[in-house]
Amino acid sequence: MSAAAQGTSKAAHGDVAPKKKKGPGALATAYLVIYNVVMTAGWLVIAVGLVRAYVARGSYHGLYYSIEKPLKFFQTGALLEVLSRVFLTWAVTHSVREVQSEDSVLLFVTAWTVTEIIRYSFYTFSLLNHLPYLIKWARYTFFILLYPMGVTGELLTIYAALPYVQKTGLYSVTLPNKYNFSFDYYTFLILIMISYIPRKSIGRLHFPLQKSAIRKTGYTG
Amino acid sequence: MKHYEVEILDAKTKEKLCFLDKVEPNATIGEIKSMFHRTHPQWYPARQSIRLDPKGKSLKDEDVLQHLPVGTTATFYFRDLGAQISWVTVFLTEYTGPLVIYLLFYFRVPFIYAPKYDFTTSKHWVVHLACMCHSFHYMKRLLETLFVHRFSHGTMPLRNIFKNCTYYWGFAAWMAYYINHPLYTPPIYGEQQIRLALILFLFCQIGNFSIHIALRNLRPPGSKTRKIPYPTKNPFTWIFLLVSCPNYTYELGSWLGFTLMTQCLPVAFFTLVGFIQMTVWAKGKHRSYLKEFRDYPPLRSPIIPFIL
Repeated sequence: MSAAAQGTSKAAHGDVAPKKKKGPGALATAYLVIYNVVMTAGWLVIAVGLVRAYVARGSYHGLYYSIEKPLKFFQTGALLEVLSRVFLTWAVTHSVREVQSEDSVLLFVTAWTVTEIIRYSFYTFSLLNHLPYLIKWARYTFFILLYPMGVTGELLTIYAALPYVQKTGLYSVTLPNKYNFSFDYYTFLILIMISYIPRKSIGRLHFPLQKSAIRKTGYTG
Repeated sequence: MKHYEVEILDAKTKEKLCFLDKVEPNATIGEIKSMFHRTHPQWYPARQSIRLDPKGKSLKDEDVLQHLPVGTTATFYFRDLGAQISWVTVFLTEYTGPLVIYLLFYFRVPFIYAPKYDFTTSKHWVVHLACMCHSFHYMKRLLETLFVHRFSHGTMPLRNIFKNCTYYWGFAAWMAYYINHPLYTPPIYGEQQIRLALILFLFCQIGNFSIHIALRNLRPPGSKTRKIPYPTKNPFTWIFLLVSCPNYTYELGSWLGFTLMTQCLPVAFFTLVGFIQMTVWAKGKHRSYLKEFRDYPPLRSPIIPFIL
């Protein structure tokens, strides 16, 4: 699942920044503010790291390495993040070294990064009850570009990993063995790619639907 | 004798759907449903939920009109439960699938394994034993559905059949694929393991059947009464002293036996998933026993003695 879809599902369930009528207690608010500030900072670090590495190298090849550590930390540290993002980072990009130099990785990392910066600033401001219209506008508008960008990057990355997975038999179990069980990671990845069609079409609709629902109900957030 | 008037409104829209006059005071909800069905042929009685309150519980078919808290003009609310299918139909379909599917893999019909193995048989005798046990289990279930079980509800929502069949048929195929695979590895501890597993399996099959018979005998034919089950002369029912739903306990035991017999991870998964589902059901049943019967034996646990 790409960045924007992740953000939409959070907003839909009101997980991280609930806009309840009574409002969260002081301690809960403080925790959420700190959490969101840290997440914003973390993704800014990743973004800055990307920019610096690009400037230093003069090209965008190999940018993955420059942000590898914080990316891994912030991706897995955010327990509320959807599993599929963790999957893409660890089970695909990390596990298949050959994929790390692909442009597609840059594509989805950029999409996630920009989305996350906007998203966490959105939550931070919402919690403080002072949401600049610019942030709200940015979140819904950038989604239109970032969502397909993220999805494309993710799909291309998985696709790039396929030949290496098939050649090395990564994460695969073959017969015969004493547990009488087998698993083919290559086929599994293909099934994941196919599953993007229904999953992402639903996700793609979420933000526009939410936006029109908000407009209709007059919810000012 | 004073007759009642009955009006039936839609629970959501409050629209008047049906008006029945000259209804006998001793008419049952079931009879009223039949009358309603006549005016609205698309809503057969099984898919009608009739209640006193739009958001209230459904009334039972046996409830008698004059014993309900209604005036001589009774107002009921109707909710459509959706297309219904009989329990018997669902059980027969969901159990026939695994029986047939497993045999397809056992006989190695073409397009499952490599062509050179088509219609060959396994050289491991435990594979033949497993096929017999699996087939016996599902044949037992089919016969129990036809001759033993007495269902409280006649029907369930139609979509359940798709959900249930996917579960049973899917898992049956997954397990059968590995057990009957040409590269199948027999249990590590060989004959000892298989013998122990078979004893456990058979013991629990007999136990499960004993419980089904005991539960059937609690309920006279055609009735829907509910009573506390107690141990009978059959030693396999003495487990009622410790457990509310020993049919599930024995079922778990059967599948543990089958897992041990085949030493197959997908079978272990199936056992685990089934165990989780049966525990949910057992806890629900246990809770409703406690609610309905003040004198329910306190020593009993839902599914595993003392533990769960």
